[in-house]
Amino acid sequence: MANKEQFLVKAEPYYQVQGQEVALYEAAYHARLPVMVKGPTGCGKSRFVEYMAWKLGRPLITVACNEDMTASDLVGRYLLDANGTRWLDGPLTTAARIGAICYLDEIVEARQDTTVVIHPLTDHRRTLPLDKKGELIEAHADFQLVISYNPGYQSLMKDLKQSTKQRFTAFDFDYPEATLEAQIVARETGIDQTVAAQLVKVAQTARNLKGHGLDEGVSTRLIVYAATLIGKGVTPRDACRMAMVRPITDDADIRATLDHAIDATFA
Amino acid sequence: MPTGIRPVTDARQRQMAHPQVQAWWQALDCGFAPVADVFEECLYEALSSFDKAQIEAYIGAARFIGKLGRGPEPLLAFLEEWPAVAMAASGDQEPLLPQVMGAIRAMQKSPNSAAITPFLQTLAAVARRLQSAEQIELYIDIALNLMARTSGSIHGHHTTFASPGLPAFFEQAPRLLGLLSTAGLRNWTEFGIRNHGSHPERQVEYFALKSADSRAVLQRERHGTLFADVERTLDLYLRALWRDSELLVPYSTAFDELRRPVPYYDKLGMRVPDVFDDAHGPRGAVSGLDRYRAVLAHMVGHRRWSTAQIADNWSPFQRMAVEFFEDCRIETLLIREYPGLRRIFLALHPQPRQDACDPETTSCLRHRLAMLSRALLDPAHGYTDPVLLAFVQRFHELLSAGESGTAEIAALALAYVTQTRRPSDQLATIHFDDTVIDYRDDNRQLWKFIEEGDEEEAFDAERKLEPGEALRGLPPRRYPEWDDASQTYRPDWVSVYEALHASGSAADIDRLLQKHAALAKHLKRLLDLLKPQDKVRIRHQEEGSDLDLDVAIGSLIDFKSGATPDPRINMSHRTDGRDISVLLLLDLSESLNEKVAGAGSATGQTVLELSQEAVSLLAWAIDCLGDPCAIAGFHSNTRHEVRYQHIKGFSERWDDVVKARLAAMSAGWSTRMGAALRHAGHYLEARRADKKILLLLTDGEPADVDVTEPGHLRADARKAVEELSARGVDTFCLSLDPKADDYVRSIFGKRHLVLDRVEQLPERLPLLYMALTR
Repeated sequence: MANKEQFLVKAEPYYQVQGQEVALYEAAYHARLPVMVKGPTGCGKSRFVEYMAWKLGRPLITVACNEDMTASDLVGRYLLDANGTRWLDGPLTTAARIGAICYLDEIVEARQDTTVVIHPLTDHRRTLPLDKKGELIEAHADFQLVISYNPGYQSLMKDLKQSTKQRFTAFDFDYPEATLEAQIVARETGIDQTVAAQLVKVAQTARNLKGHGLDEGVSTRLIVYAATLIGKGVTPRDACRMAMVRPITDDADIRATLDHAIDATFA
Repeated sequence: MPTGIRPVTDARQRQMAHPQVQAWWQALDCGFAPVADVFEECLYEALSSFDKAQIEAYIGAARFIGKLGRGPEPLLAFLEEWPAVAMAASGDQEPLLPQVMGAIRAMQKSPNSAAITPFLQTLAAVARRLQSAEQIELYIDIALNLMARTSGSIHGHHTTFASPGLPAFFEQAPRLLGLLSTAGLRNWTEFGIRNHGSHPERQVEYFALKSADSRAVLQRERHGTLFADVERTLDLYLRALWRDSELLVPYSTAFDELRRPVPYYDKLGMRVPDVFDDAHGPRGAVSGLDRYRAVLAHMVGHRRWSTAQIADNWSPFQRMAVEFFEDCRIETLLIREYPGLRRIFLALHPQPRQDACDPETTSCLRHRLAMLSRALLDPAHGYTDPVLLAFVQRFHELLSAGESGTAEIAALALAYVTQTRRPSDQLATIHFDDTVIDYRDDNRQLWKFIEEGDEEEAFDAERKLEPGEALRGLPPRRYPEWDDASQTYRPDWVSVYEALHASGSAADIDRLLQKHAALAKHLKRLLDLLKPQDKVRIRHQEEGSDLDLDVAIGSLIDFKSGATPDPRINMSHRTDGRDISVLLLLDLSESLNEKVAGAGSATGQTVLELSQEAVSLLAWAIDCLGDPCAIAGFHSNTRHEVRYQHIKGFSERWDDVVKARLAAMSAGWSTRMGAALRHAGHYLEARRADKKILLLLTDGEPADVDVTEPGHLRADARKAVEELSARGVDTFCLSLDPKADDYVRSIFGKRHLVLDRVEQLPERLPLLYMALTR
């Protein structure tokens, strides 16, 4: 049995409540319903899950999903050692055994056949069959499955199967509204509130271009990066260019527009 | 002229008031009465800037011009304009006079002496634009070059015909130089000489700025930020900063000197000038792009915060004051949103001097309002008028609470008008200097009239179709053509008309396919072997490019636990699926109707029939492969009529409709390849495919009846191929011209194949396609 302590969230993560989400999550957790967190990149999905794990005092096991991930990367596999073979639990199995919250980040990045292994854990059965080992794990009473995904991907290939989607309750996340976002940036990085508000304003100009040459607007995470740079003594203009404009686009017209927005905002 | 037949009213006898002037008049030795009328006046003006030696030179030159035998006009023009020219060229006529006299002599010696008068008449205006002797010399060089190259000769050694375009050129010169630099003027003139050098009427139209291409080239050569270049940036600007989007419509600023159009917006879109020069004011420079942004921001402000007011009960003065106040209100709000806009607005906003206008003699209303407008926006305005300061204060109080509103601000404006009204506001002389704020729109959306006014409304009258002019087919699409000699594009040079190809009988094509059944069977085998392109992972391989970790560990476990391990522990990649779009472009020019020479001549087939067979086989083969494929044909009859005919679209099936069109294929006219390539390329470009192939089937080099320069269309076709490859379209040419080796390489580089035996075409074309996409 893995050490439960190492998965506990030690310090309280900073999370700014935006609405009912904390209470709703707690209700879902008490009923042990699987939860899906949707929203654009860098809007605070992972931070929310971390915060809830801390608040509920549950261990949190995070898996960053990717295309090459196989079912055995989640469930576990046999390894070799001096005495022959040894079974090693995968993160999902570990979570089910110790009663942790298992968080599958960016689940659509995993291939669809991989995702199917979570199905028995997410309905009334709450079991995980380990076919290679010939074992059927009953999930721990405290176990919960959380997945996140970003519906912004325009790719038809990256979507969840209906049979997967319909096993979850869901939260829709988005970038917080301007004043709240500025507060978050100020709190997270310790910069001045007015500068934070200006950063948010620049980010919003970029978000207005979503679908007009930008696939995704400037995330809260990038604003935080810019604010961090400013905290290190970089001028706001340079920080914005470096952290908020250059990463998101190679398009010269968009760059010119956003650079102008920066100049217009930081007069 | 001998003394004996001098007319009685000879102006030489005229007495001037001053003895010195009289002496100069004698020196001029001129008998024209109109010259005598203005001579004294001209001389006094010249005296204000010239010293005695310079006057002597001036009179000397005038004497020469007076004796050219062109009547009094050139002399009048010279006497009146020259002091102004010298003034503009920093007051010194020394370096300039010999240049100008040289030009006049050159014109006098050639048949172009009629151009001397317009040359002298516009010289002062030109000099004011150019401002330096070197620049004026350049201008004269350009004019003389134009003259030399457009004067005609009959037998080659005498120039006998005057240059048709030269007088028109001189008349347009001041306007041209207002829009172009001397380099731009040189390019514009070059274009006219090269393309209309041998056609007198068109040449005159070109140099008088009357023809469409003349205006188009002028537009291209203009200095400043062209709207066409920044349109997308501006669109993004509206969206990103203001969450607004609107159709942006440029209006021309080049041809309307008297009534300068002003930006405005209505339900059809935002109208902005087609070009903005960088502005260099006392408060810093503003780029052309930023001037556009200022115009758009101002209009967005009106759309956001202004509500239309009923104008009937207000006088024009009151309305003007309301407009100024409202403009300032929305600009204040705009600056509140983006503080960086203040710098741009202030740099563009004029700063009238407080004492620039005399209220006793002139109407100062505009001056007062412009000062007020400045003071409302600029905290450091420095004006001291107490009424102005009081209203600035009241304005800021209104706005400190929030956004205020149009009605509220109008009330303030009316109070201002009441308090500052002066009787002199009604005077006819109005002070305009420094009061025009050119980034503001005309505020037409700010007013609504209950009663119908007589204001001009039909700004964009819909163009009615002329009787008898019916719309047939699609409107033409215009493409530029590359001019290799000047390394520029000729703008909107070629018109491409697009239409569906006529239909024939589909059975003919089926019969053709039947005829080649054996070949089709052979092709079918080859098609089945064609490799797909997408990458797919194959696992469980004994040899491969990568170790498949899961399988490898499984095997090792088996091995350690004593079972027979599976040796297939590697994985590799193979390609699967094809993602190719192909457009087959057929040259349908007259030469296709020729009979096939050589071995195939026994059958008596024409090249067209062979092409038909080949294209049918290829279309069938591509259909088997499942690649999206389009087929089109083209031919041309001068640059005004390039016909592009659809035979098959990308999404059309290879069915009877398509076969019927293919069956009706016919040939005629010439081969203007570049335009057809560009048009076909724009369809391919819109496809989403990994590989886009433009396959051109042609039987000769590009040619058209209106092109005499050798190699011009060839260079244009090469340019078109380059453009396409820059945009991800691969062009491949299959030429049926056995002599094509000379030119086809220069157009298509290595991507070509010359087919020596035309009768092989039906077999080779599908094979070529397969080889290309393997």
